[in-house]
Amino acid sequence: MPESALKPAAGRAEFESIVRLENVQKYFGAVQALRDVNLRIGRNEIVGLIGDNGAGKSTLIKVMTGVMPPSSGRIFVRDREIDLSDYSVRMAHDLSIETVYQDRSLADKQPLWRNFFVGRQITNRFGFINIKEEKRIADQILKGAIGFRSSGITVDSTVANLSGGERQGIAIGRAMHYDADLIILDEPTVALAVAEVRKVLDFVRRIKESGRACIYIEHNLAHVHEVADRLVILDRGHVVSEIKPKDMSVIELTEYLISIQHKT
Amino acid sequence: MARPQNPSVFQRVEAMPIITVFVLLLVLFMYLSPEVFLRPYQYTTFLSMLPPIVLIAVGLTFIIGAGEIDLCFPAIIGFSGFVFAFIFQAGPQALVAELGLSAESWWASPGAAELIRWTALPAALLAGIVIGFINGVLVAKIGIPSFIATLGTQFFWYGMATVLSGGRSYALRGAEESSVWAVLVGRPFASSSIDWVTQIPIQAFWTLIIVVVMWFILNRHRFGEHALFIGDSNAVARVVGIDVDREKIKLFTLMGFLAAIAAVFLTLENKNYFGNQGQGYLLICIASVLIGGTSIFGGRATIIGTVFGAFIIAMVEPGLVAAGLTGAWVNTARGLIFLIAIVFYLYVDEPQRRSAFFTRLVGNRAFGR
Repeated sequence: MPESALKPAAGRAEFESIVRLENVQKYFGAVQALRDVNLRIGRNEIVGLIGDNGAGKSTLIKVMTGVMPPSSGRIFVRDREIDLSDYSVRMAHDLSIETVYQDRSLADKQPLWRNFFVGRQITNRFGFINIKEEKRIADQILKGAIGFRSSGITVDSTVANLSGGERQGIAIGRAMHYDADLIILDEPTVALAVAEVRKVLDFVRRIKESGRACIYIEHNLAHVHEVADRLVILDRGHVVSEIKPKDMSVIELTEYLISIQHKT
Repeated sequence: MARPQNPSVFQRVEAMPIITVFVLLLVLFMYLSPEVFLRPYQYTTFLSMLPPIVLIAVGLTFIIGAGEIDLCFPAIIGFSGFVFAFIFQAGPQALVAELGLSAESWWASPGAAELIRWTALPAALLAGIVIGFINGVLVAKIGIPSFIATLGTQFFWYGMATVLSGGRSYALRGAEESSVWAVLVGRPFASSSIDWVTQIPIQAFWTLIIVVVMWFILNRHRFGEHALFIGDSNAVARVVGIDVDREKIKLFTLMGFLAAIAAVFLTLENKNYFGNQGQGYLLICIASVLIGGTSIFGGRATIIGTVFGAFIIAMVEPGLVAAGLTGAWVNTARGLIFLIAIVFYLYVDEPQRRSAFFTRLVGNRAFGR
């Protein structure tokens, strides 16, 4: 049960990496979507996951978050191996892994406070919602973690009234509230105006500041280059290289990605 | 970006627009035909006639709020009504005859007959629950769109009722002597000295209690919240961890349960079961929900709006007839009110659809001539 509005993630049990994949393969029939994927996500780093359409980014995320099992390979969460036969989205939630999908995280017609708590409502034992408590905590998250102070957004605002960047902020703030140690962002800046992109990138930085890890899937290289600690490049289901953004400019990165595309 | 800072009364009070319309219509009818609308008898008639409609409309509020539709409920009124009427009327003698019990046996006593009549209630409710559950499974697990699935089950269960009843109707003669009648649809104030008070039907109280409970479930319970999120978007509901399939099955089961209660009230109040009972309820109930302000696209639902929607739909008939129009006008007026309400809510609640509509309108004009 969420008691406090926002606890920093630091100071919990020691572990090396929040998620580690070893030799993960994923087949869809005869098609190999993931090939020998070895990947390690540290406890407080922002990892940018880039690659062309069909490179296997979303398959990788789905395998990592229990949406679908890998065909073979091993997955470790907090250095402990996961039994893949009972890994599920719910289990990933319990293991403090949250995914923020670009357009599937918030329900448009519902007020923000319901969006914060849906699926994990604060209820009495008959299942009736403690609305006062939910609104109070939602208000704290809104003002504290997300930092919407003066923009006229309240817990009673419906999502439909928010801008795209604000929506991402709400979804990320919700993930942080639930003490997620790893927040996975699936193309959060798609179709956003420049000012909105700024806001989202600020939210990503907040994730890092609060001591959490983040996997950031992005098409726009400039955005991910700006905030990521490490870039993982995926091509045809394989991790082809890992790059530190400070070692390569956005232009060099673009050239590099194009050169990968033309290799066969 | 413009955001409403201080929501008006219309936004703060649930279903305020439709309550306003209701009051205006009522005042209009009172002005046009005071001899009907300023006397209490019209209202006691409402109280005995409306409970089945309100119960079904409240169930439909959940279903439509969750972005689905149920067309099967008229058949539940038919089938559950048949189950109830059969056990209530034929059950006591049938049991004695089937088991070959003697007339002296306890099972042939009036007490036992009364007991058997009471089992008609749980049997009818169970029938509704089973039908609703099957609807839910067809929609959630097999994946048939609810419009098609429940259209199919409507035919099936009406057919089933006809087969089992052999096309007969059951007149529940002497029903008012049974305690089942007294408890479910009796007149609790029959001994009052004021004439209209004696006519207040008890099912109005049962319905009120159920409606209040359903309001709390929709607005305050986890289940109601899940229904609205599902109506908003199935994908979002899944991502936030709602078991969409299970909740949909529960929704249709609840609908079946409420429709079965409605069937019992209707059958007992009429003291008669007939093969196509409930058929006139299809549009009336759906219209009550949508006039009340529940979104046809799901995601937003209001129980209070639905109740007032039902009152408006019911008021049209005595209102028009008392004002001198023939009964033939009633459905025309209902259809008109229904359409006006839909357009109104589209205009108020769905700004993006509104702008899309005007774009189409302007576009068509540009291309048309």
